[in-house]
Amino acid sequence: MSEPALDLSHVTMRFGGLRALVDFSLSLYPGELVGMIGPNGAGKTTAFNAVTGVYAPTEGEVKVAGERVNGLRPHAICTRGVARTFQNIRLFRQLTALDNVRVACHAGAQSGFVDSLFLTRNHRAEEQRILERGEEYLKVMGLAHRRDELARNLPYGEQRRLEIARALATGPKVLCLDEPAAGMNAAEKIELMALIRSVRDRFGLAVLLIEHDMRVAMGVSERMIVLDHGLTIAKGRPEAIRKDPKVIEAYLGDAYLEEKHIAVPVGGPGAST
Amino acid sequence: MGFLRGVLRSTLPFLIGIPILLVLQAVLDEAGRQDLSLIAIFAAINVVLAVSLNVVNGFTGQFSLGHAGFMAVGAYTAAKITLAFRGSQMLGLPEDLSGQVVFFLALLAAMFNAAIAGFLVGMPSLRLRGDYLAIVTLGFGEIIRSVIENLKTLGASTGLSGLPRLTSVTWAGVGALATVIMARRLAVSTQGRALFAIREDEVAAEAMGVDTTGYKVRAFVISAAFAGLAGGLVVHVLQLSTPRSFTFIRSIEVVVMVTLGGLGSITGSIVAAVGLTVGLELLREVQQYRMVVYAFLLIALMLLRPQGLFGTREIWDLSLFRRFPWKKLGVATTPGPAGVAPTEAGEGEPGGPP
Repeated sequence: MSEPALDLSHVTMRFGGLRALVDFSLSLYPGELVGMIGPNGAGKTTAFNAVTGVYAPTEGEVKVAGERVNGLRPHAICTRGVARTFQNIRLFRQLTALDNVRVACHAGAQSGFVDSLFLTRNHRAEEQRILERGEEYLKVMGLAHRRDELARNLPYGEQRRLEIARALATGPKVLCLDEPAAGMNAAEKIELMALIRSVRDRFGLAVLLIEHDMRVAMGVSERMIVLDHGLTIAKGRPEAIRKDPKVIEAYLGDAYLEEKHIAVPVGGPGAST
Repeated sequence: MGFLRGVLRSTLPFLIGIPILLVLQAVLDEAGRQDLSLIAIFAAINVVLAVSLNVVNGFTGQFSLGHAGFMAVGAYTAAKITLAFRGSQMLGLPEDLSGQVVFFLALLAAMFNAAIAGFLVGMPSLRLRGDYLAIVTLGFGEIIRSVIENLKTLGASTGLSGLPRLTSVTWAGVGALATVIMARRLAVSTQGRALFAIREDEVAAEAMGVDTTGYKVRAFVISAAFAGLAGGLVVHVLQLSTPRSFTFIRSIEVVVMVTLGGLGSITGSIVAAVGLTVGLELLREVQQYRMVVYAFLLIALMLLRPQGLFGTREIWDLSLFRRFPWKKLGVATTPGPAGVAPTEAGEGEPGGPP
């Protein structure tokens, strides 16, 4: 493996006095699927926002395929190959499924307003290309039959899938999925994770996945990173993470450890709920 | 050959539209119905205004109240040019034809200057959203007007008078046609979809690679250019260009048209613009209570149909009109389920290539 698709080194995000993310480092290579877990408020979404340009990191460096992207606006980072989904679905609700995906195909469009207003050959070629790509990504995510349906009318699970299709359509190297399985039942989650894996293999993506549900995250990730209160408390393979007392404590709190007769570290972070 | 076909494709609606407008104008002139011509001209100008504002307020979801300001820029640009070339003959053409050529160039210049004004206003203000943007654009519109009011070269508050009466049914009609074609081609292009995405969810649009600030400014510039066109047309009917014609009341009127027709619906804007113009003309006595009528219309609209007449849809998406053979006209492209915006690329223009 040559260079990482996504490389974060010592990223710190500070909001006034609050340190939402401290000294966060992560290298993500093409074809890897890394899960990021942690209790509420651990800094997972903050890490995502630092990667995708919603915030510029206070300290540290974010590199996409070797290029430094600190402080670039989200659309610029997107065209450099980082796509994301949102924790609370943010589709273009009044647009059709196809148009949702086609908006994302716009990244890197060659034709401009003038082409569109005068219907140049450039414009027509571009539209044709975008149409084909849009339909392809809908098919990949099993949404071809919903092509002309408004996004807001899709059932919840399909909206989640459409968000992934839309993210894929930007042609990313890195795909950041913010709780893609939130609100799904166990069977749907398993199905979705299998889909994510197949998509990863097909497009050779590096996938960074936030997942609240430990079991799902363990099942799908090859490597994991665990955050709590902005700190990276564990990194490694799922089997190792599962046994890590710090992870167990962060997730289940002191009460669980006491019950299991495991020593509670003095002055450690309180039980998170 | 390919180039010629390209030119033909992009200008076909005009090649069809202009002869029709010329015939219409000849018929009206022959019948001596000056009054009807005037109504048609004002209706067409209002179509230009409403459809161009729809690009910002409807497509992009930004709330601009500064349309009258851009109109003023276009109006004074065009007025200055036609006044300067009044009575002179260009390129050895007969005076009549020369005047038309000058008018055409004057309108182009009006669009250009208004576009520049749009850019200058849009750059700083489009970082704002919603009410804040509305206030800022309203402020800019008023600034443009008061600057004109204090410029001696532009006739200060008395304005420029003695303009040639150049705007005919054909000119106004071509202006409306151009505006509608612009909006429609935008709506079915990737740039238009980027604008819709901004309207739907700015954060998501940005994350999907849409340069939201850049696109908002571009939408604003295009919209301002066509407001300038409307300004150039209107002063060459009234034969007078005064700051009073471009107060923010004018902007409100246009906003009312766009809202009535449905934000984002081109056909909605057209219907509302024509409807309001003709309607108020029929009720001449009501003219002075115009703003009261608007207020009642808006209140009724908010109660009965908050999304506007057509919502974000076009007329061919409505169940009432769905049976009409739009497809044969080459207008609608997806006759499918309710509320589906036309999606086929580049083939959806009114009167576009079959």
